[in-house]
Amino acid sequence: MLSVRDDRDREAFARLFDFFAPRLKGFVMRSGTSSGQAEEIVQDVMLTVWRKAGQFDPARAQVSAWIYQIARNRQIDMIRKEGRPMPEELQEDPETEADASQIVALEQEAGHLKTALNKLAPDQREVIEKAYMGELTHQEISSQTGLPLGTIKSRIRLGLERLRHELKDMR
Amino acid sequence: MNQIGHHMPDALLASYAAGNLPHPYALVVAAHISMCLTCRAGFEAHQAAGGAVLETSNAVAISGGLKSDVMALLDEPTVPAPRFERSGIYPGPVVEALRGKAPRWRSLGLGVKQSILSGGSEGSVRLLYIPPGQAVPDHGHNGLELTLVLQGSFSDETGHYGVGDLEVADQDLEHTPIADGGDPCICLAATDAPLRFTSLVPRILQPIFGI
Ligand SMILES: [Zn+2]
Repeated sequence: MLSVRDDRDREAFARLFDFFAPRLKGFVMRSGTSSGQAEEIVQDVMLTVWRKAGQFDPARAQVSAWIYQIARNRQIDMIRKEGRPMPEELQEDPETEADASQIVALEQEAGHLKTALNKLAPDQREVIEKAYMGELTHQEISSQTGLPLGTIKSRIRLGLERLRHELKDMR
Repeated sequence: MNQIGHHMPDALLASYAAGNLPHPYALVVAAHISMCLTCRAGFEAHQAAGGAVLETSNAVAISGGLKSDVMALLDEPTVPAPRFERSGIYPGPVVEALRGKAPRWRSLGLGVKQSILSGGSEGSVRLLYIPPGQAVPDHGHNGLELTLVLQGSFSDETGHYGVGDLEVADQDLEHTPIADGGDPCICLAATDAPLRFTSLVPRILQPIFGI
């Protein structure tokens, strides 16, 4: 993903496509979308990934998290006339050096999350899938036990702290 | 940065990340995240969880031509969507809801003003302007009410709320927020139903004011 972002590397993008496009299609079809429409969504999402690659920050997000959000936004756009309001973007200071240990640690946490997800009983996993596919209301989510997100949240918070000097003018 | 003491409940962050929160609440969540590092981290953690669901989804074969179609479109020129930056006390998402213009305040009496950003079957979201020492009209609400402080502060039966703080009130809470001294209090407030003001403005006027 970083070669897509920094070098506009088409080969790297093609590999990203090969990994994510079929999973995206599977993900989108789980909520009842037809195969044809799912492929339209896949196309739009992957093009957005290419175009907005500059916004990707590996110290705060996994590629899958970032693509998940783009996909949900696209699906919402197709259902509603008003898109989802999004938070202000945090701009990274170009002077800031990538913190490799932060990126590795975040990757590890994301790995733990996937392991936890794969260990869930099928009915529990289905609840989580429904929640993240936007099929549960917030009231329904609050009565469910979620995934253990505490450690990845602290890790992301560290990634955000790097941007803190950018933020202090915000309030 | 001021210390934000009242945050977004996790279920709302999850529902927002999944894109299933009604628009009025989603605007308040987006505005709070714009002001709050803690809830931004929480939101991004839910994105990570959504990403894990995506990554572990069953792969479904895609049509042969799709990849070459996408590769061929990479260089198509695109118009970037307009970005709304923070303006004064208003976070980007609020500026976007205001379409980049200043709020159009309507008086509710006693110096209290409102500017409705959107209202419909999904609920309504508005800016409220409350002079120092003034009470927000006593009101009940049919469901969840989210109130985010953008300027000044208010206090009610449940606590004290300063800039960036979020009050989460369910239908059972009968509360009377009072703006503290100092700057007028400006809040972003969302409900899933029209507010029922029980004083200040006679109920018969409510359809006229749209409250
Ligand atoms: Zn918060």
